[in-house]
Amino acid sequence: MIKDYFIIPWREIKRRRLRSWLTLIGVFIGIAAIVSLITLGQGLENAIEGQFQALGKDKLFISPKGGTFAGIGSSVVMTEDDLEVIKRTAGVKRATGLAYASSGYEFNEVVRFNFVSGISTEPDERALAGEAQTWKIAQGRNLEKGDRFKVILGYEYTQDTLFEKAVELGDTILINGREFKVIGFLEKIGSPPDDQSGLIPLDTFGEVFNREDEVGYIIVQTQPGDDPAVVAAEVNEELRKSRNLDEGEEDFTIQTPEQFAEAFGVVLDVIQIVLIGIAAISLFVGGIGIMNTMYTSVLQRTKEIGIMKALGAKNSQILYLFLIESGLYGLGGGLIGVILGIGFALLVELAFVVFLGPAFLSVEIDLLLVAGTLFFSFLIGCLSGLAPARSASKQKPVDSLRYE
Amino acid sequence: MAGKKTVIELRDVRKTYQIGEVSLEVLKGVNIKIDQGDFAVIIGPSGSGKSTLMNQVGILDVPTSGAIFLEGKDISKMEESQLAQLRGRKIGFIFQQFNLIPTLTALENVTLPTIFQNVSEEKRVQKAKDLLAKVGLADRMHHKPTELSGGQQQRVAIARALVNDPDIILADEPTGNLDSTSGQQVMDLLATLHGQGGKTIILITHDIELVRYAKKIIYLKDGEVVKVKHNGVEK
Repeated sequence: MIKDYFIIPWREIKRRRLRSWLTLIGVFIGIAAIVSLITLGQGLENAIEGQFQALGKDKLFISPKGGTFAGIGSSVVMTEDDLEVIKRTAGVKRATGLAYASSGYEFNEVVRFNFVSGISTEPDERALAGEAQTWKIAQGRNLEKGDRFKVILGYEYTQDTLFEKAVELGDTILINGREFKVIGFLEKIGSPPDDQSGLIPLDTFGEVFNREDEVGYIIVQTQPGDDPAVVAAEVNEELRKSRNLDEGEEDFTIQTPEQFAEAFGVVLDVIQIVLIGIAAISLFVGGIGIMNTMYTSVLQRTKEIGIMKALGAKNSQILYLFLIESGLYGLGGGLIGVILGIGFALLVELAFVVFLGPAFLSVEIDLLLVAGTLFFSFLIGCLSGLAPARSASKQKPVDSLRYE
Repeated sequence: MAGKKTVIELRDVRKTYQIGEVSLEVLKGVNIKIDQGDFAVIIGPSGSGKSTLMNQVGILDVPTSGAIFLEGKDISKMEESQLAQLRGRKIGFIFQQFNLIPTLTALENVTLPTIFQNVSEEKRVQKAKDLLAKVGLADRMHHKPTELSGGQQQRVAIARALVNDPDIILADEPTGNLDSTSGQQVMDLLATLHGQGGKTIILITHDIELVRYAKKIIYLKDGEVVKVKHNGVEK
C-alpha cells in the first residue's frame, strides 16, 4: 500500500523539473562532499596502513629527539656506540644505523638539492635498511663492503627531469661537491623524496658531511616471538643508561610502525571531522532548501489537497503524500551525492597515482557508507518536509477547494 | 414515502462566516431530507448559499449550529479524519471544474479514492477499468486530463465518483463548464445512474433547464429553503 503513495509525489517531482533539480543540487553537493571526504580519508588511512603492514610489526625506529626527521635539525647526536649498545640488547635480532643529510647533487652542470642516506655496507644490515625503506635494486649492484665513493640513485635519476639528461650506470655525479660513481639505481617507490634520494656508504657519509661515526636513525628488527613493545622498553633502558640519562630524561625516541600509523590516524581523524562538519552545514542548508520547495509545492497544490480530501483522504494520508515527496528529494540528492562523491574520490586517487605514485591513496568503496548515506538523506528529506506536510494535512477541504 | 431510508437529513442547519469583525450568516436554518433513490436538485440564484449548502451536504464542512445526519449518524460533531473516511465511502463528488489530478492518467484518477480506502490494487484497477468502459472512455484510460476534452474529463470524474460504490452522488454544477452536447451526455449518464443504478443523486445548480431530471426540487434563496417540489407536486 505504501508504494501507492509514491506515484503522486514522483509525478509531481517530474512535473516541476527545474525546481526539483535546484532542490536536489542543494542536497547532493553536501552529500557528495561528505561522501568524498570520508572515502578519501579512509583511502589515506588504508594507504598508510598498507605501508606500515609492508614494514612489518617487528621493527623499531630510534631517532634523536627534536629536529624534523632522523635527527636533522636536532642538537642531539647518536653514534655507532649507541648502535652497539642496541645490538647487544636482549630481543634485538638485527640493528642498523643510517645517516641523513640534505645535499646538492650536481650533474650535467645542473645542481639539485635532495636527501642523501648513508647506509651500512654489511650485507644483513644493508638488507634490514632496504626492507624498512623499501629500497630494491633495479639496475646495477648494491653497495659492498670496501666501497667508498660509490652511490646508488633513486628512480627519478634515470629520467631526464632532474638534470635535463638521464644519469647512467658508471657516470660520475657530484654530491656535496665530492665525486661519486653511480653503481646502481633503485626501483620506483612512488614518493618523490624517496625517488630522488641517493644511497652512499655510511663511512663515506661521515667523511663527506663531517659527521664521523654519527648515525641519525637506527632501525631495529626484534626477535621473532618477542613482543616489540617489550623489546622497545628494553632498548630504552639500555640506551638511557649508556647515555647516562635519568629516567624520563631520554633524548631519543623509540617508535613502532603502529605508533606512526596511530599518530597519523589521529591527525587525519581531526582533519576529517572538521571538514565533514563544514560539509554537514551545507547539508543542513540543503534541508532548508527542501523545506522551501515543499512549502511552495503545498501552496501550489492547495486545490489538489482539497480535491483529495473531498475524495476521502484523511489528514494522515495527505501527510504521507507530502512526506514521501520530500523524502524522495532527500533520497534523490543522496543517490546523486553518493555517485558524485565516490566518483570524485576515485578521480583524486587517479591524480595521486599519476602525479605522486601509488603509495599515498588506496580508495575503497564502502557499501555500508553508501547504504547509510542513502538512508540518512531520505531521513533528512522527510524531516525537512515534515512542517510543510503537516500544514498541508491540516488544510480545510472547503477553503482548499475554493483556492484558485 | 414509507419504507424509504433517509440518507441525508439537515435539521435547522445554520452556517455563519466570520469576516473580520462582521458575521455573515449564509445558511439560516435549512431543513432538508433526501431519501434513498432520490434525484434531488437544489436550485437557487447566485448568493443563495448553494455552495455553502453543498459543503454541508457533502460533509466537507460542519454547521455552525444544527445537525446533519448521514444514514442516521450525526456527523456535525465528527473529527475531520472520520468525516474524510465517511465521505470517501458514502459520497461521490462531481465538480463544475472537473477537478481531476493533472499529473495522473484517467485510470489513476479513477482509482485514487480507492487508494485512500486501502482497497487492493487488483480490485481497484479492475473496477476502474469497468467504470471507464461504462462511461465510454475505455480507449482513453491512459490519457492525462490535458489530453481529454471537457466532456471526457467530466465523464472520468463521474467514473471516479462511482469507484467506491457510494450511496450518494453529489454534483455541483456538473454541466457548468461544458457545451450543450457534452452537458446532455453527462445529464443522461446521471439519469441512467439514478434509474438503472439506483443511486441517490443530489445536484446543485442555477440552471433551470436541469430541473426536469429531478424527482425532488429544492428551491434555495438567501440561505433558506423557500419551496420543495415533488414530481410536480408543490409542498
